[in-house]
Amino acid sequence: MRITEHPILQFKRGKKIPFTFDGRELFGYEGEMVAAALHAAGVTTYRRSPQLHRHRGFFCAIGKCSSCLMSVDGIANVRVCITPLREGMVVRSPQGKGQISSEDTPAQWPWPGQYADEILETEVAIVGAGPAGLSAAIETTGLGVETMVVDENDRIGGQLIKQTHMFFGSKEQYAKVRGIDIAPLLLDHIESTRAQIMLGATVVGLFEGKTLGIVRGRDFFCLRAKKVIVACGASENMLAFENCDLPGVHGAGAVQTLMNVYGIIPGRKVLMVGAGNIGLIVSYQLLQAGVDVVEVIEAAPHIGGYQVHAAKIKRAGVPIRTCHTIIKATGREKVEGAVVAKVDENWNPVDETQRELLVETVCLAVGLSPTAELLFQSGCQSWYIPELGGYVAAHDENLETTVRGVYVAGDVSGIEEASTAMLEGRLAGLSAAESLGKKVALGRKKNVLDQLAELRAGPFGEKARRGKEKMSQEAWSHVR
Amino acid sequence: MSDNHSGALQELELAEQIPPKERLKKGPVAIIECVEEIPCNPCVEICPQGAISITGGLNKIPRLDWDKCNGCGVCISGCPGLAIFMVDLTEGKEEAKVALPYEFLPLPDKGETVMALDRKGKPLGSAEVLRVQRGKRLDRTPIVTIALPREWALQARNIRRLHR
Repeated sequence: MRITEHPILQFKRGKKIPFTFDGRELFGYEGEMVAAALHAAGVTTYRRSPQLHRHRGFFCAIGKCSSCLMSVDGIANVRVCITPLREGMVVRSPQGKGQISSEDTPAQWPWPGQYADEILETEVAIVGAGPAGLSAAIETTGLGVETMVVDENDRIGGQLIKQTHMFFGSKEQYAKVRGIDIAPLLLDHIESTRAQIMLGATVVGLFEGKTLGIVRGRDFFCLRAKKVIVACGASENMLAFENCDLPGVHGAGAVQTLMNVYGIIPGRKVLMVGAGNIGLIVSYQLLQAGVDVVEVIEAAPHIGGYQVHAAKIKRAGVPIRTCHTIIKATGREKVEGAVVAKVDENWNPVDETQRELLVETVCLAVGLSPTAELLFQSGCQSWYIPELGGYVAAHDENLETTVRGVYVAGDVSGIEEASTAMLEGRLAGLSAAESLGKKVALGRKKNVLDQLAELRAGPFGEKARRGKEKMSQEAWSHVR
Repeated sequence: MSDNHSGALQELELAEQIPPKERLKKGPVAIIECVEEIPCNPCVEICPQGAISITGGLNKIPRLDWDKCNGCGVCISGCPGLAIFMVDLTEGKEEAKVALPYEFLPLPDKGETVMALDRKGKPLGSAEVLRVQRGKRLDRTPIVTIALPREWALQARNIRRLHR
């Protein structure tokens, strides 16, 4: 179902265009992602699991998981959640693990595109045009460093583009500004004569000599940089329960993308799992989109997010049940309900408290994990820090990793939120520029570090504080 | 921390944020329902009277100088947590007024009868919409002012439209 009226957003849809799904003609809007168009057209099963043939839909909607791999115009295993819809597109459910050579492929095998012989060059390459990456580019370009930002999405902003709520923090960190309005503000500060932003381009490897392998459409090419800043964010965590793979079980971020970027509601009735800030904020945004949030459940005895976020949905009548967990999702081909139960003090579900809720969507807001694969592939040493969301690339106080000249910033360096991501981006940008011999005014880095310390100073910053402390005291001293 | 640790504040927890009775009697005043140490301070800058302060760091709890506050309500739409309300319990008036942030569509109309809801979303009874403010300055956070029985003024924090 498409949203027509929204209190915060105006949806400017492109031209209505036809495409086919397994031979059936459907319609979507130009510029929206294939996964969104399919969902709006009522398609819930995008593929079947290769062995047990279970129904699968999209889970993360931002290109991080592999739940929505489909065949598009004859190319196998395309992430349809980040593939813009084009007129006449031929979309198919893949067979098995996907066929790489099919009748639909008109061009030559093995790769129907081009290998570029020429290697592009830049001083600083930034992977990811989200809050961290754009902030890094502001600093590098501001110091006269030639910069190229590469992002696999079709627009800048990373996950800011779906944050309809006002940010917290102070003025320096865009407090009171809605997330959706921040990316354009960041872009304004990037010295455009020094920056190139390459969209729709996926960095598939970080090789010797700081050379990035990039796939864009059907083409493959290389970008060699003197310094690389990796700011490619995080991916949504899955929770294991019966039928957790059913279409209709989505990450909270996916639900936010679908409704706030493309103006499509995930389902009419939603169960939210997790009462951290993301679960609470997305619940509120679901209400704003006219969706019935049946319950918010949280396994811990306390809500994890800010009380003010909880209050917004409580006063709208949404129950938040702590000490509750999801037992299973029900439904054969898609979610038709969910069974929830109380948990005892040992976090074990109490059978006699089981209840079934009739919902079309189960939304999981159970944390994020850094998308650090590119860093690990490049040889960065990793360290497991639960407070930062799992495995992260070990880094020093300048955010430089063990592969010298490769920096991290934002959620990929440890899960926090967009305000700290912007500051880390600035820090990485300043550090990279400085190491290229640019003169960074005294106090610039200190100012950023002070702001970071202040944002992390309160009780809600404790986890990040502990994580960063482990990074500097345990991890960095060990790997160095 | 509240309501069996699940989000809605009890009046007791708000004790320090609620102006004393004598101040409430004098005229409209803001109530900042923000009792956790979170890193946030836009309310300090937005108040034209300079009545809101956060001292000792970004994470400290905002305090309102009741005597400086004139109940203008500018802070209502400027709080990222949508946690500020304006309450008018002026002595001698038959009804109370509450102004609240309302980011939902459709907006109620002036003069419309709506259901006033408490912090848990429980219906209190009907209230009349006195004013609906919106505009660029409010940045998509409209402010709805309702008239309601005086005894609900410290409880009513949301509205529900009766007909859609």
